[in-house]
Amino acid sequence: MASAKEVKEVLFGPIFANNPIALQILGICSALAVTSKMENTLVMCIALTFVTAFSNLFISIIRNHIPSSVRIIVQMTIIASLVIVVDQVLRAYAYSIAKELSVFVGLIITNCIVMGRAEAYAMKSTPGLSFLDGIGNGLGYSVVLLTVGFIRELFGSGSLFGYQIMQLASEGGWYQPIGLLVLPPSAFFIIGGFIWVLRTFRTEQVEPKD
Amino acid sequence: MEAYISLFIKSIFVENLALSFFLGMCTFLAVSKKVTTAFGLGVAVIVVLGISVPVNNLVYHNILAPGALDWAGFPDADLSFLRFLTFIGVIAALVQILEMALDKYVPALYNALGIFLPLITVNCAIFGGVSFMVERDYTFGESVVYGIGSGIGWALAIVALAAVREKLKYADVPDGLRGLGITFISVGLIGLGFMSFSGVSL
Repeated sequence: MASAKEVKEVLFGPIFANNPIALQILGICSALAVTSKMENTLVMCIALTFVTAFSNLFISIIRNHIPSSVRIIVQMTIIASLVIVVDQVLRAYAYSIAKELSVFVGLIITNCIVMGRAEAYAMKSTPGLSFLDGIGNGLGYSVVLLTVGFIRELFGSGSLFGYQIMQLASEGGWYQPIGLLVLPPSAFFIIGGFIWVLRTFRTEQVEPKD
Repeated sequence: MEAYISLFIKSIFVENLALSFFLGMCTFLAVSKKVTTAFGLGVAVIVVLGISVPVNNLVYHNILAPGALDWAGFPDADLSFLRFLTFIGVIAALVQILEMALDKYVPALYNALGIFLPLITVNCAIFGGVSFMVERDYTFGESVVYGIGSGIGWALAIVALAAVREKLKYADVPDGLRGLGITFISVGLIGLGFMSFSGVSL
Protein backbone atom coordinates (compact mmCIF):
# COMPACT_ATOMS: atom_id res chain seq x y z
CA MET A 1 0.00 0.00 0.00
CA ALA A 2 1.23 3.46 -0.82
CA SER A 3 2.50 5.74 1.92
CA ALA A 4 0.47 8.71 3.11
CA LYS A 5 2.92 11.12 1.52
CA GLU A 6 2.54 9.51 -1.87
CA VAL A 7 -1.23 9.60 -1.61
CA LYS A 8 -1.12 13.30 -0.79
CA GLU A 9 1.20 13.95 -3.70
CA VAL A 10 -1.06 12.12 -6.16
CA LEU A 11 -4.23 13.73 -4.88
CA PHE A 12 -3.15 17.36 -4.48
CA GLY A 13 -0.25 17.63 -6.90
CA PRO A 14 -2.45 18.30 -9.93
CA ILE A 15 -4.18 21.27 -8.29
CA PHE A 16 -1.35 23.80 -8.48
CA ALA A 17 1.99 22.10 -9.01
CA ASN A 18 0.95 20.13 -12.07
CA ASN A 19 -2.38 21.61 -13.09
CA PRO A 20 -3.87 19.76 -16.08
CA ILE A 21 -5.21 22.92 -17.70
CA ALA A 22 -2.54 25.50 -16.90
CA LEU A 23 0.53 23.34 -17.36
CA GLN A 24 -0.30 20.22 -19.30
CA ILE A 25 -2.66 22.01 -21.75
CA LEU A 26 -5.17 19.19 -21.39
CA GLY A 27 -8.92 19.31 -21.38
CA ILE A 28 -9.56 22.88 -22.37
CA CYS A 29 -11.65 21.65 -25.26
CA SER A 30 -15.05 21.05 -23.80
CA ALA A 31 -14.58 23.23 -20.80
CA LEU A 32 -14.66 26.92 -21.53
CA ALA A 33 -18.07 27.18 -23.09
CA VAL A 34 -19.79 25.99 -19.93
CA THR A 35 -18.25 28.53 -17.58
CA SER A 36 -20.66 31.42 -18.05
CA LYS A 37 -22.75 30.20 -15.09
CA MET A 38 -21.54 28.69 -11.81
CA GLU A 39 -24.29 26.08 -11.73
CA ASN A 40 -23.38 24.58 -15.09
CA THR A 41 -19.70 24.79 -14.25
CA LEU A 42 -20.14 22.86 -11.03
CA VAL A 43 -22.14 20.11 -12.70
CA MET A 44 -19.52 19.84 -15.43
CA CYS A 45 -16.71 19.61 -12.86
CA ILE A 46 -18.45 16.87 -10.90
CA ALA A 47 -19.18 14.94 -14.09
CA LEU A 48 -15.59 15.18 -15.27
CA THR A 49 -14.10 14.23 -11.90
CA PHE A 50 -16.41 11.23 -11.72
CA VAL A 51 -15.51 10.05 -15.21
CA THR A 52 -11.77 10.56 -14.77
CA ALA A 53 -11.67 8.80 -11.41
CA PHE A 54 -13.66 5.77 -12.46
CA SER A 55 -12.12 5.36 -15.88
CA ASN A 56 -8.71 5.44 -14.20
CA LEU A 57 -9.89 2.85 -11.70
CA PHE A 58 -11.35 0.43 -14.24
CA ILE A 59 -8.53 0.78 -16.72
CA SER A 60 -6.01 0.24 -13.98
CA ILE A 61 -7.79 -2.91 -12.79
CA ILE A 62 -7.64 -4.54 -16.21
CA ARG A 63 -4.35 -2.95 -17.31
CA ASN A 64 -2.46 -6.23 -17.33
CA HIS A 65 -5.02 -7.89 -19.58
CA ILE A 66 -5.21 -5.23 -22.31
CA PRO A 67 -3.08 -6.02 -25.38
CA SER A 68 -1.21 -2.82 -26.17
CA SER A 69 -2.31 -2.78 -29.81
CA VAL A 70 -5.98 -2.30 -28.92
CA ARG A 71 -5.60 -0.33 -25.73
CA ILE A 72 -6.90 2.97 -27.13
CA ILE A 73 -10.15 1.34 -28.22
CA VAL A 74 -10.54 -0.37 -24.84
CA GLN A 75 -9.95 2.90 -23.02
CA MET A 76 -12.37 4.72 -25.30
CA THR A 77 -15.06 2.12 -24.69
CA ILE A 78 -14.72 2.36 -20.92
CA ILE A 79 -14.74 6.15 -20.99
CA ALA A 80 -17.69 6.32 -23.38
CA SER A 81 -19.72 3.94 -21.21
CA LEU A 82 -19.07 6.07 -18.13
CA VAL A 83 -20.07 9.21 -20.00
CA ILE A 84 -23.29 7.54 -21.13
CA VAL A 85 -24.07 6.84 -17.46
CA VAL A 86 -23.42 10.47 -16.53
CA ASP A 87 -25.49 11.71 -19.45
CA GLN A 88 -28.46 9.49 -18.62
CA VAL A 89 -28.35 10.48 -14.93
CA LEU A 90 -28.25 14.17 -15.83
CA ARG A 91 -31.15 13.80 -18.24
CA ALA A 92 -33.18 12.02 -15.58
CA TYR A 93 -32.53 14.29 -12.60
CA ALA A 94 -31.35 17.66 -13.94
CA TYR A 95 -32.94 17.98 -17.34
CA SER A 96 -32.65 21.76 -17.66
CA ILE A 97 -28.93 21.68 -16.90
CA ALA A 98 -28.44 18.75 -19.26
CA LYS A 99 -30.13 20.80 -21.97
CA GLU A 100 -27.90 23.79 -21.32
CA LEU A 101 -24.72 21.75 -21.30
CA SER A 102 -26.00 20.18 -24.53
CA VAL A 103 -23.16 18.50 -26.39
CA PHE A 104 -20.54 19.27 -23.80
CA VAL A 105 -21.41 16.30 -21.58
CA GLY A 106 -20.77 14.00 -24.51
CA LEU A 107 -17.56 15.82 -25.19
CA ILE A 108 -16.10 14.53 -21.92
CA ILE A 109 -15.29 11.43 -23.97
CA THR A 110 -12.81 13.33 -26.07
CA ASN A 111 -11.62 15.42 -23.15
CA CYS A 112 -7.88 15.02 -23.18
CA ILE A 113 -7.63 14.90 -19.38
CA VAL A 114 -9.52 11.62 -19.21
CA MET A 115 -7.63 10.00 -22.07
CA GLY A 116 -4.33 11.50 -21.01
CA ARG A 117 -4.54 10.25 -17.44
CA ALA A 118 -5.72 6.81 -18.53
CA GLU A 119 -2.80 6.48 -20.90
CA ALA A 120 -0.12 8.16 -18.81
CA TYR A 121 -1.02 7.03 -15.32
CA ALA A 122 -3.65 4.31 -15.04
CA MET A 123 -1.85 1.97 -17.45
CA LYS A 124 1.16 1.86 -15.12
CA SER A 125 -0.21 2.20 -11.59
CA THR A 126 -2.24 0.29 -9.05
CA PRO A 127 -6.04 0.79 -8.98
CA GLY A 128 -6.12 2.69 -5.67
CA LEU A 129 -3.56 5.27 -6.69
CA SER A 130 -5.08 5.63 -10.16
CA PHE A 131 -8.45 6.38 -8.65
CA LEU A 132 -6.90 9.10 -6.48
CA ASP A 133 -4.99 10.46 -9.46
CA GLY A 134 -8.29 10.74 -11.34
CA ILE A 135 -9.86 12.66 -8.47
CA GLY A 136 -6.79 14.89 -8.16
CA ASN A 137 -6.82 15.81 -11.83
CA GLY A 138 -10.56 16.34 -11.69
CA LEU A 139 -9.97 18.77 -8.82
CA GLY A 140 -7.24 20.58 -10.71
CA TYR A 141 -9.61 21.03 -13.61
CA SER A 142 -12.39 22.12 -11.26
CA VAL A 143 -10.25 24.77 -9.57
CA VAL A 144 -9.56 26.50 -12.88
CA LEU A 145 -13.11 26.14 -14.15
CA LEU A 146 -14.77 27.29 -10.97
CA THR A 147 -12.47 30.32 -10.80
CA VAL A 148 -13.38 31.24 -14.35
CA GLY A 149 -17.07 30.57 -13.73
CA PHE A 150 -17.01 32.64 -10.53
CA ILE A 151 -15.47 35.67 -12.23
CA ARG A 152 -17.67 35.40 -15.28
CA GLU A 153 -20.97 35.05 -13.49
CA LEU A 154 -20.25 37.52 -10.68
CA PHE A 155 -18.97 40.34 -12.85
CA GLY A 156 -20.80 39.42 -16.05
CA SER A 157 -24.30 39.18 -14.65
CA GLY A 158 -23.91 40.16 -11.00
CA SER A 159 -25.09 36.83 -9.65
CA LEU A 160 -23.75 33.55 -8.27
CA PHE A 161 -25.56 30.22 -8.77
CA GLY A 162 -28.44 32.28 -10.16
CA TYR A 163 -28.88 34.40 -7.01
CA GLN A 164 -28.50 38.11 -7.55
CA ILE A 165 -25.52 39.34 -5.51
CA MET A 166 -25.12 42.79 -6.99
CA GLN A 167 -28.21 44.70 -8.12
CA LEU A 168 -27.98 45.42 -11.83
CA ALA A 169 -28.26 49.00 -13.02
CA SER A 170 -30.92 47.95 -15.51
CA GLU A 171 -33.11 46.81 -12.60
CA GLY A 172 -32.66 49.91 -10.50
CA GLY A 173 -29.48 48.77 -8.70
CA TRP A 174 -25.99 50.17 -8.87
CA TYR A 175 -23.95 47.55 -10.71
CA GLN A 176 -23.19 47.97 -14.38
CA PRO A 177 -22.37 44.45 -15.63
CA ILE A 178 -19.33 43.90 -17.81
CA GLY A 179 -20.86 42.58 -20.99
CA LEU A 180 -17.57 41.20 -22.28
CA LEU A 181 -17.53 38.55 -19.57
CA VAL A 182 -20.71 36.95 -20.82
CA LEU A 183 -19.19 36.45 -24.26
CA PRO A 184 -17.22 33.26 -24.96
CA PRO A 185 -13.78 34.89 -25.63
CA SER A 186 -13.60 36.29 -22.09
CA ALA A 187 -12.84 32.78 -20.79
CA PHE A 188 -9.55 32.91 -22.68
CA PHE A 189 -8.53 36.19 -21.09
CA ILE A 190 -9.36 34.88 -17.62
CA ILE A 191 -7.44 31.64 -18.11
CA GLY A 192 -4.52 33.58 -19.58
CA GLY A 193 -4.55 35.74 -16.46
CA PHE A 194 -4.86 32.68 -14.22
CA ILE A 195 -1.76 31.18 -15.83
CA TRP A 196 0.08 34.46 -15.38
CA VAL A 197 -0.75 34.61 -11.66
CA LEU A 198 0.11 30.94 -11.17
CA ARG A 199 3.47 31.31 -12.90
CA THR A 200 4.35 34.47 -11.03
CA PHE A 201 4.32 32.42 -7.84
CA ARG A 202 5.71 29.23 -9.35
CA THR A 203 8.49 30.55 -11.52
CA GLU A 204 9.71 27.05 -12.40
CA GLN A 205 6.67 26.74 -14.69
CA VAL A 206 7.73 29.69 -16.84
CA GLU A 207 8.44 28.52 -20.38
CA PRO A 208 11.97 29.03 -21.70
CA LYS A 209 12.60 31.52 -24.49
CA ASP A 210 12.89 29.89 -27.88
CA MET B 1 -29.96 25.97 -52.14
CA GLU B 2 -30.00 29.27 -50.29
CA ALA B 3 -30.43 27.48 -46.98
CA TYR B 4 -27.30 25.44 -47.70
CA ILE B 5 -25.21 28.51 -48.51
CA SER B 6 -26.44 30.23 -45.39
CA LEU B 7 -25.59 27.15 -43.28
CA PHE B 8 -22.16 26.97 -44.92
CA ILE B 9 -21.33 30.60 -44.10
CA LYS B 10 -22.78 30.22 -40.63
CA SER B 11 -20.71 27.13 -39.83
CA ILE B 12 -17.48 28.77 -41.02
CA PHE B 13 -17.74 32.19 -39.44
CA VAL B 14 -20.63 32.67 -37.05
CA GLU B 15 -20.52 29.34 -35.24
CA ASN B 16 -16.83 28.69 -35.62
CA LEU B 17 -16.08 25.45 -33.79
CA ALA B 18 -12.77 26.62 -32.40
CA LEU B 19 -13.49 30.21 -31.52
CA SER B 20 -17.06 30.22 -30.35
CA PHE B 21 -17.45 26.69 -28.99
CA PHE B 22 -13.82 26.08 -27.95
CA LEU B 23 -13.73 22.68 -29.60
CA GLY B 24 -10.49 20.98 -30.49
CA MET B 25 -8.64 23.37 -28.18
CA CYS B 26 -5.95 20.91 -27.10
CA THR B 27 -4.59 20.40 -30.58
CA PHE B 28 -5.50 23.97 -31.44
CA LEU B 29 -3.04 25.28 -28.86
CA ALA B 30 -0.46 22.54 -29.14
CA VAL B 31 -0.02 22.42 -32.92
CA SER B 32 -0.26 26.11 -33.78
CA LYS B 33 3.40 27.05 -33.52
CA LYS B 34 4.04 26.99 -37.26
CA VAL B 35 1.77 27.91 -40.16
CA THR B 36 2.75 24.93 -42.31
CA THR B 37 1.93 22.27 -39.71
CA ALA B 38 -1.21 24.15 -38.72
CA PHE B 39 -2.29 24.11 -42.34
CA GLY B 40 -1.68 20.35 -42.62
CA LEU B 41 -3.74 19.67 -39.54
CA GLY B 42 -6.46 22.01 -40.79
CA VAL B 43 -6.77 20.09 -44.05
CA ALA B 44 -6.93 16.79 -42.17
CA VAL B 45 -9.72 18.12 -39.97
CA ILE B 46 -11.71 19.34 -42.99
CA VAL B 47 -11.45 15.90 -44.60
CA VAL B 48 -12.38 13.96 -41.46
CA LEU B 49 -15.25 16.28 -40.50
CA GLY B 50 -16.51 16.32 -44.08
CA ILE B 51 -16.75 12.53 -44.06
CA SER B 52 -17.63 11.68 -40.48
CA VAL B 53 -20.53 14.09 -39.99
CA PRO B 54 -22.57 12.74 -42.95
CA VAL B 55 -21.68 9.12 -42.15
CA ASN B 56 -22.75 9.52 -38.53
CA ASN B 57 -25.87 11.24 -39.77
CA LEU B 58 -26.76 8.11 -41.74
CA VAL B 59 -25.91 5.85 -38.83
CA TYR B 60 -28.00 7.88 -36.43
CA HIS B 61 -31.06 8.19 -38.60
CA ASN B 62 -31.06 4.59 -39.76
CA ILE B 63 -30.04 2.72 -36.63
CA LEU B 64 -29.95 4.73 -33.43
CA ALA B 65 -32.80 7.26 -33.52
CA PRO B 66 -36.06 6.31 -31.78
CA GLY B 67 -38.08 4.19 -34.17
CA ALA B 68 -35.30 4.07 -36.75
CA LEU B 69 -35.07 0.29 -36.65
CA ASP B 70 -38.53 0.01 -38.17
CA TRP B 71 -37.03 -1.52 -41.33
CA ALA B 72 -35.58 -4.38 -39.29
CA GLY B 73 -38.85 -5.12 -37.54
CA PHE B 74 -38.22 -3.27 -34.25
CA PRO B 75 -40.47 -0.20 -34.46
CA ASP B 76 -40.23 0.44 -30.69
CA ALA B 77 -36.46 0.25 -30.34
CA ASP B 78 -34.69 3.37 -29.12
CA LEU B 79 -30.93 3.01 -29.18
CA SER B 80 -30.15 6.70 -28.92
CA PHE B 81 -28.47 6.22 -25.55
CA LEU B 82 -25.73 4.31 -27.39
CA ARG B 83 -24.87 7.24 -29.60
CA PHE B 84 -21.67 8.40 -27.86
CA LEU B 85 -20.18 4.95 -28.07
CA THR B 86 -21.25 4.50 -31.67
CA PHE B 87 -20.05 7.89 -32.85
CA ILE B 88 -16.62 7.56 -31.33
CA GLY B 89 -16.35 4.08 -32.85
CA VAL B 90 -17.36 5.31 -36.27
CA ILE B 91 -14.93 8.23 -36.06
CA ALA B 92 -12.05 6.00 -34.98
CA ALA B 93 -12.80 3.52 -37.75
CA LEU B 94 -13.07 6.27 -40.36
CA VAL B 95 -9.77 7.81 -39.37
CA GLN B 96 -8.14 4.38 -39.56
CA ILE B 97 -9.58 3.70 -43.02
CA LEU B 98 -8.64 7.15 -44.23
CA GLU B 99 -5.12 6.62 -42.98
CA MET B 100 -4.74 3.31 -44.82
CA ALA B 101 -6.30 4.67 -48.00
CA LEU B 102 -4.07 7.72 -48.03
CA ASP B 103 -1.01 5.59 -47.33
CA LYS B 104 -1.81 3.43 -50.34
CA TYR B 105 -3.04 5.94 -52.89
CA VAL B 106 -1.75 9.40 -51.91
CA PRO B 107 1.48 8.80 -50.00
CA ALA B 108 2.55 12.44 -50.41
CA LEU B 109 -0.44 13.72 -48.47
CA TYR B 110 -0.08 10.88 -45.98
CA ASN B 111 3.47 11.88 -45.20
CA ALA B 112 2.53 15.52 -44.93
CA LEU B 113 -0.22 14.80 -42.40
CA GLY B 114 1.93 12.34 -40.47
CA ILE B 115 1.09 12.11 -36.81
CA PHE B 116 -1.92 14.42 -37.07
CA LEU B 117 -4.22 11.87 -38.66
CA PRO B 118 -4.43 9.44 -35.72
CA LEU B 119 -4.56 12.38 -33.31
CA ILE B 120 -7.73 13.57 -34.96
CA THR B 121 -9.71 10.68 -33.46
CA VAL B 122 -9.56 12.35 -30.08
CA ASN B 123 -10.01 15.85 -31.44
CA CYS B 124 -13.08 17.32 -29.78
CA ALA B 125 -13.88 19.31 -32.90
CA ILE B 126 -14.84 16.14 -34.78
CA PHE B 127 -16.94 14.73 -31.98
CA GLY B 128 -18.44 18.15 -31.30
CA GLY B 129 -19.39 18.59 -34.95
CA VAL B 130 -21.09 15.20 -34.94
CA SER B 131 -22.94 15.95 -31.68
CA PHE B 132 -24.15 19.30 -32.98
CA MET B 133 -25.40 17.58 -36.12
CA VAL B 134 -27.55 15.24 -34.01
CA GLU B 135 -28.70 17.92 -31.63
CA ARG B 136 -29.81 20.25 -34.41
CA ASP B 137 -31.41 17.45 -36.37
CA TYR B 138 -29.72 18.14 -39.70
CA THR B 139 -30.82 16.28 -42.80
CA PHE B 140 -28.24 14.37 -44.83
CA GLY B 141 -27.66 17.27 -47.24
CA GLU B 142 -27.28 19.74 -44.43
CA SER B 143 -24.88 17.46 -42.60
CA VAL B 144 -22.55 17.34 -45.63
CA VAL B 145 -22.53 21.13 -45.83
CA TYR B 146 -22.15 21.51 -42.08
CA GLY B 147 -19.29 19.00 -41.88
CA ILE B 148 -17.25 20.68 -44.58
CA GLY B 149 -18.11 24.20 -43.45
CA SER B 150 -17.22 23.69 -39.82
CA GLY B 151 -14.00 21.97 -40.88
CA ILE B 152 -13.02 24.97 -42.97
CA GLY B 153 -13.87 27.25 -40.06
CA TRP B 154 -11.62 25.30 -37.73
CA ALA B 155 -8.78 25.22 -40.26
CA LEU B 156 -9.10 28.96 -40.78
CA ALA B 157 -8.90 29.59 -37.05
CA ILE B 158 -5.81 27.45 -36.47
CA VAL B 159 -3.94 28.95 -39.44
CA ALA B 160 -4.79 32.45 -38.20
CA LEU B 161 -3.55 31.62 -34.71
CA ALA B 162 -0.35 30.05 -36.05
CA ALA B 163 0.37 33.16 -38.08
CA VAL B 164 -0.14 35.35 -35.02
CA ARG B 165 2.11 33.13 -32.92
CA GLU B 166 4.88 33.20 -35.52
CA LYS B 167 4.93 36.99 -35.23
CA LEU B 168 4.63 36.87 -31.44
CA LYS B 169 8.05 35.23 -31.25
CA TYR B 170 9.58 38.67 -31.67
CA ALA B 171 7.52 40.24 -28.92
CA ASP B 172 8.87 40.78 -25.43
CA VAL B 173 6.23 39.12 -23.31
CA PRO B 174 6.26 39.20 -19.47
CA ASP B 175 7.84 36.03 -18.07
CA GLY B 176 4.72 34.46 -16.59
CA LEU B 177 2.71 34.98 -19.76
CA ARG B 178 5.28 33.56 -22.16
CA GLY B 179 4.08 30.58 -24.18
CA LEU B 180 0.69 29.37 -23.07
CA GLY B 181 -0.58 32.51 -21.35
CA ILE B 182 -0.12 34.88 -24.24
CA THR B 183 -1.51 32.25 -26.61
CA PHE B 184 -4.73 32.12 -24.63
CA ILE B 185 -5.05 35.88 -24.77
CA SER B 186 -4.37 35.94 -28.53
CA VAL B 187 -7.05 33.29 -29.06
CA GLY B 188 -9.45 35.44 -27.06
CA LEU B 189 -8.70 38.44 -29.26
CA ILE B 190 -9.15 36.42 -32.46
CA GLY B 191 -12.41 35.13 -30.99
CA LEU B 192 -13.59 38.68 -30.39
CA GLY B 193 -12.76 39.47 -34.00
CA PHE B 194 -14.79 36.51 -35.20
CA MET B 195 -17.74 37.64 -33.09
CA SER B 196 -18.22 40.55 -35.43
CA PHE B 197 -19.55 38.00 -37.93
CA SER B 198 -22.37 37.11 -35.59
CA GLY B 199 -24.79 39.51 -37.21
CA VAL B 200 -24.19 38.05 -40.65
CA SER B 201 -27.09 36.11 -42.12
CA LEU B 202 -27.91 35.41 -45.71
